[in-house]
Amino acid sequence: MTEDDLDRNRRHFLTIATVVTGLAGAGAAAIPFLSSLKPSARAQAMGAPVEVPIGSLQVGEMVRVLWRGKLVFVLRRDEAMLATLPGMTDNLRDPNSEVVEQQPEYAMNESRSVKPEYLVVEGSCTHLGCAPIEDFEVRPAEGWGGGFFCPCHGSKFDLAGRVFKGVPAPTNLRVPPYRFVRDDLILIGLDTGAA
Amino acid sequence: MARIEAEVGTPKGGFMKWIDDRFPFTSTMKYHVTEYYASKNFNFWYVFGVLAFVVLFIQLFTGIFLTMNYKPDAAQAFASVEYIMRDVEWGWLIRYMHSTGASFFFIVVYLHMFRAMLYGSYKKPRELIWIIGMLIFLVLMAEAFAGYLLPWGQMSYWGAQVIISLFGAIPVVGDALVEIIRGDYSISDITLNRFFALHVIALPLALIGLVFVHIVALHEVGSNNPDGIEIKENKDAKGVPLDGIAFHPYHTSKDLVAIIIFLMIFSAVVFFAPEMGGYFLEHANFEPANLTATPEHIAPVWYFTPFYAILRAVPDKLWGFILFGLSVLLPMFLPWLDKSRVKSIRYRGPIYKSALTIFVISFLTLGWLGVQPAEGIYVRMAQFFGVLYFAFFLLMPYYTSIDKTKPVPERVVYNG
Amino acid sequence: MDKLNRFASVLALSAFFMSPTSFAAGGGAALEPAKIDPDNINSLQRGAANFMNYCSGCHSAEYVRFNTIGKDLELSEEMLVDNLMFNAEKTFETIQSAMPAEQAAVWYGKAPPDLSLMARAKGADYVYNFLKGFYIEEGSPTGVNNLVLAGTSMPHVLWELQGYQKAIFDHHENADGSVTTTFKEWEQLSEGELDTKDYDEFVRDTVNFLAYIAEPMRSDRRKLGVWVLMYLLFFLIIARMLKKQIWKDVK
Repeated sequence: MTEDDLDRNRRHFLTIATVVTGLAGAGAAAIPFLSSLKPSARAQAMGAPVEVPIGSLQVGEMVRVLWRGKLVFVLRRDEAMLATLPGMTDNLRDPNSEVVEQQPEYAMNESRSVKPEYLVVEGSCTHLGCAPIEDFEVRPAEGWGGGFFCPCHGSKFDLAGRVFKGVPAPTNLRVPPYRFVRDDLILIGLDTGAA
Repeated sequence: MARIEAEVGTPKGGFMKWIDDRFPFTSTMKYHVTEYYASKNFNFWYVFGVLAFVVLFIQLFTGIFLTMNYKPDAAQAFASVEYIMRDVEWGWLIRYMHSTGASFFFIVVYLHMFRAMLYGSYKKPRELIWIIGMLIFLVLMAEAFAGYLLPWGQMSYWGAQVIISLFGAIPVVGDALVEIIRGDYSISDITLNRFFALHVIALPLALIGLVFVHIVALHEVGSNNPDGIEIKENKDAKGVPLDGIAFHPYHTSKDLVAIIIFLMIFSAVVFFAPEMGGYFLEHANFEPANLTATPEHIAPVWYFTPFYAILRAVPDKLWGFILFGLSVLLPMFLPWLDKSRVKSIRYRGPIYKSALTIFVISFLTLGWLGVQPAEGIYVRMAQFFGVLYFAFFLLMPYYTSIDKTKPVPERVVYNG
Repeated sequence: MDKLNRFASVLALSAFFMSPTSFAAGGGAALEPAKIDPDNINSLQRGAANFMNYCSGCHSAEYVRFNTIGKDLELSEEMLVDNLMFNAEKTFETIQSAMPAEQAAVWYGKAPPDLSLMARAKGADYVYNFLKGFYIEEGSPTGVNNLVLAGTSMPHVLWELQGYQKAIFDHHENADGSVTTTFKEWEQLSEGELDTKDYDEFVRDTVNFLAYIAEPMRSDRRKLGVWVLMYLLFFLIIARMLKKQIWKDVK
């Protein structure tokens, strides 16, 4: 090899080394900027789990609460409501809650809840995020056993938040993590450990 | 030489041709980068232009991220800065980079301007580059001043109070002008809100526009060099200046080294001394603005202090304002004040060398005096050095025309 | 070599900017250095306890979250809840004072300031001397005055620990008949629970904690800074080699 070739190789190598080192540095420098976009300590504090007292919740009654700024429905279902669930299966897209991201493991059952009496679901339509409206009136002629109806694009969900076939929403309403602190107190946002 | 030229700027097949038929990409790159020839004997002083560009980028980039979390509201501004410092992940780094960047902007720009004075870079044919540069400096001062109000600390508030009140010295329209600047009868939420608009939109846009024009003008006439020789007067057969080397890869590879050294100094401050002993972040600014009590010792941030010292040295409000304004604007006239036949300090006579030395000492001393209390000996000193500062400019037509210059060589001096 | 010299002069210039400006000290007395050690976790833990026991009754630190303290001071959630969180329920809450600000303003004539940034605004030495500088003064609404901040509306909260002291002043008559008063020394009037040395330590820990909450990210930034500088040094070496290689053919 001539001295010229050696120079050329060395230059080539150094150019690549410089570019790689520079890009690595730029990449590392990007981390703090991207991380700063995540929810801040204040957002996390505000998004902390919320306690919902359910002692005074009547049978057939529903309350709306906010967790992390998201709407959550807590519905106390009566026997008649629960009785409608098995009959819906044929009209539903995912009757057995097989889409795993839509609920914690403990809600992967027919009533989609820890205690069948209490339904806890996020009030956010899985189509485009509108808040569904409750409609608990039973209209057998329409095949409607009560449930939720989204005013934006007409998606329908049953009394376990399971989505009907033939509507725009692709999946069941999401069940947030929650647990019973006491019989009359639900903690939404945290399912294990201390609050 | 020939080998390197062959590697860069050659047409690169179909895609580049497609682009070039629609956008002057290759030709622009050639004109401004791969075939922009600058003198090979650039020294230490020639890195500050590119460093100013680096700081501008840092400020714009960190500024965008700060804007995402800052609240331009008198009731929330101070807390939102602490929110950035504590609650936003890595917010402290972004904020320290921005606050440190502000000071480094001025360090770099002052050194960049000093370079022009050393080597006569403002002289014909570069007068317009210098004037645009001075405009950049003025906009930068306004940008820094507006930015300093935003944290809404004690220094933010009272510093702005003092500087805005300055405009009240202007006869007849002064008071009305002050009210228009503040948008209120005192500095308030309204003032903060409009300073925010100026700081994040209006002034940065002006800054970017002026920087663009500054570089276009520079590339039209070509860069000066430490010998003050026009390298375009000695070209080879292909029209390439004999003393010129391509901006890329020669100057870029050199600038990269300078940028890294700069980033090391910058990082040392950001990570180990972000307050810089109270010069970059003033202690009193960690207290929220208190409209009922001025801090005991009020001083502007260091980069304004030379001009501030001149302001305080004059015992009359109007004249203080006029001389303050003149001290900022006078350098703009350098291209016509300087009557010397040569550009570079290397070929100037003893008079200019002494004058420039005295000027630098005066400027630094005034800067130091600006943070001292305005009393007794300090005021006398500020008056003394203020006179020297003005004398440098006002006597320049005389002393540069009688100064004994040395003959300028034909080609630049380069020793490898 | 020439380049090296120039580089050195730049460093010297930055050293000039490094020289710290003094904090404005009220009262004219020279401040005794606080000598805090921000890396001493034990001192910070004691300071945190001191702060919550003696300061947080009246002062808030509204930007400081308990869980940040827990993480930085290596305290478990249990220790945090049991030892520090007297008027807070959740660890992500910020430190609020037990006393409503309006009430405080009525009692003291002025609401006790938030302490999140006090050590940064005034300097650790100032706070250290302030907490040691209370002395008996008859006729003052609180019964005491302070050497560092004359006329402060803060009572001597730590009197049980420090005891009461009297300030002895020198009165010097100037040529023009005016009198200059300078502080000479302390005279201990009553013993506190702590002797002078232990009280100094108590105050030092507390000030250390105040300095910590004023800039909780201090140790993070210093640690990261070392890595950044090491990376840049590595980058510098490579870039410098590349520059030399490219400039080889510039004659």
